[in-house]
Amino acid sequence: MTVDMLPANDTDPFGPDVLENPDAFHAALRAAGPVVYLTRHDVYALARYAEVRAALVNWQDYQSGAGVGLSDFRREPPWRPPSLLLEADPPHHDAPRRVLAEVLSPRALRDLRQRWFDAAERLVDEVVARDELDAVPELAEAFPLSVFPDAVGIGREGRENLLPYGNFAFNAFGPRNDLVTSSAPDMPGWSAWVNDQCGREALSGNGFGAAIWAAADRGELTEQQAPLVVRSLLTAGVDTTVHGIAAVLYAFATNPDQWARLRAEPSLARIAFDEAVRWQSPVQTFFRTTTRETRIADTVVPEGRKILMFLGAANRDPRRWTDPDRFDLARDPSGQVGFGMGIHQCVGQHVARLEAEAVVTALAARVRTIELAGPAVRQHNNTLRAWRSLPLRFT
Amino acid sequence: MTSSAAGVVTAKDVLSDGVVAVTLAHPDGDRLPDWTPGAHVDVVLPNGLARQFSLCGDRWDAHTYRIGVLREPHGRGGSAYVHDTLRVGDRVGLGGPRNNFPLVPSSRYLFVAGGIGITPLLPMIEQADTLGADWRLLYGGRRRSSMAFLPELARYGDRVVVRPEDEYGLLDLPGWLGEPRPGTRVYCCGPAPLLAAAERLCQAWPPYSLHVERFTPKEFGAPVRPGPFDVELRRSGRTVTVPDGSSVLAAVRLAGVSVLSSCQQGVCGTCETTVLAGRPDHRDSILADHERDAGDRMFICVSRSRTDRIVLDL
Repeated sequence: MTVDMLPANDTDPFGPDVLENPDAFHAALRAAGPVVYLTRHDVYALARYAEVRAALVNWQDYQSGAGVGLSDFRREPPWRPPSLLLEADPPHHDAPRRVLAEVLSPRALRDLRQRWFDAAERLVDEVVARDELDAVPELAEAFPLSVFPDAVGIGREGRENLLPYGNFAFNAFGPRNDLVTSSAPDMPGWSAWVNDQCGREALSGNGFGAAIWAAADRGELTEQQAPLVVRSLLTAGVDTTVHGIAAVLYAFATNPDQWARLRAEPSLARIAFDEAVRWQSPVQTFFRTTTRETRIADTVVPEGRKILMFLGAANRDPRRWTDPDRFDLARDPSGQVGFGMGIHQCVGQHVARLEAEAVVTALAARVRTIELAGPAVRQHNNTLRAWRSLPLRFT
Repeated sequence: MTSSAAGVVTAKDVLSDGVVAVTLAHPDGDRLPDWTPGAHVDVVLPNGLARQFSLCGDRWDAHTYRIGVLREPHGRGGSAYVHDTLRVGDRVGLGGPRNNFPLVPSSRYLFVAGGIGITPLLPMIEQADTLGADWRLLYGGRRRSSMAFLPELARYGDRVVVRPEDEYGLLDLPGWLGEPRPGTRVYCCGPAPLLAAAERLCQAWPPYSLHVERFTPKEFGAPVRPGPFDVELRRSGRTVTVPDGSSVLAAVRLAGVSVLSSCQQGVCGTCETTVLAGRPDHRDSILADHERDAGDRMFICVSRSRTDRIVLDL
């Protein structure tokens, strides 16, 4: 099938309407076919679960090294030195991935568990004392910011740069629209601060950052690679968990029966988080680039073309999920692609799960009902499905 | 043991006297799990024997694995089965892949292979070459006719030094390794005496220069702590006693808790278990020194306890 015969869609997937609510657009893409040509950006889109999953795991045919955003690094210089994890392929990807997977393994997180659960209880004690709160700054942002930078081992100065830097990095995967250009003047400052946190001397002795440098001392990474691996933690480790936690809070606020169920069975906290990640897909999209002429269903995609994978659409594909628009703790969310799949699957997923489990568990022990206290307001980002404001009332 | 996936034999080729290459694919033609150079898989043969083999194929081909199998006349029967009985079309179980021998990034590598120890090094060499690293391989074997993969190594020209023992005598490892060079990574795989020689010579090198892969277990002295010790299985809420002469794995299984294991020699890594409290007496051939010191995991087929009680996440 050539481009002329492919189903085409003229909508801008990074336009404000889609970013506000992508559901109808996703449904149209899934209905149009396994591969859809997006005229606005001259890219091939995958929105069905089977095709998205197949592309995610197939690093041989779909490379990340040309960038996982719209920009093709083979033709345009990236806005910063590429990530050694997200924007790299084997063999270069092997050592950074191996080291970071070990640093963030469930085993390595074991010692943090009690500390993070205690921190979540203290924070939740504070916020439930109030009649109403905006759960984005006061819980979803406050909790990761209270535990993650300390776990990495960075200093206390300048942590306010973390969220805007991450937000910019995820916007930068999209086209150069207003979301990118409006914050571009501030980007060099955020970027310089983040880079300053990645050196050996900036990191305290027992954090993830120091563990990355210890791996470099053992020769498992080069001295040049180590700061960039630390940078990956700081780029991808904050905004994503913030929006993941916001997603699970929004899910419970709008599904009181599911909150009742969680309270009756608090051990469902981890399932609840993965189900919320499936349902909201905080990371909505990533691109790949074909390394050779590749067949997807009946479509032959030429070499060197950008493929846009709609993780959020795949996570609600009725071909894969029963009643996909429903947030349901009875569901087994295993296989959801909100963390990706394959060699690039989110290396920090255990960190995200532990943070969310700590918050949800602390709430379950203290809060009978969660409800929206006002309109929830989206924050638009070219990659992230995010909330700017989530007014909640706890009883 | 149980295996995580199935494979089907799609080719079996004689490579040299005593070595066959077996090509495996997913029975439905699906992708096989990803791997990196230095990785091995558990192959569960149709007769029930499970053996570990290094992957020596092309990872850019997601649909097949290739392993090289030496006939070991004094082995436990796995290699003889592969040579004499295994046929194209046969099904095997596959476990892993796992990598206890990863290639670390460097601009200079020295590879040393003894006999069938060439297998994990083949994909490393290909990778080092692709990345433009400065590398050389010293490859020893009994006779030229017994040494596998020589035709595919020929394309690397004089980076590869082939030294059959019947033509050249024992490998001149000191002469070939030369003076310690900081930043050079030495990768060695082969029989135990070769690994011991490499370890001895590399003591003069900066730490972490040498990486070895064992196909046979290391030699260990008596356990650090003689006598029985208790093992608490935290998740199961059980405590078992491990007497002298029995393994933690055996005691755990006796208590009715199932753990996946494979080589039962501390070589393959299948039975890795998280340690929650107590200090392990590591007797495996896998962990690096810093991993031993961390004491947060152990291979319960061989490793024991330094403390009266050890708590496992089982």
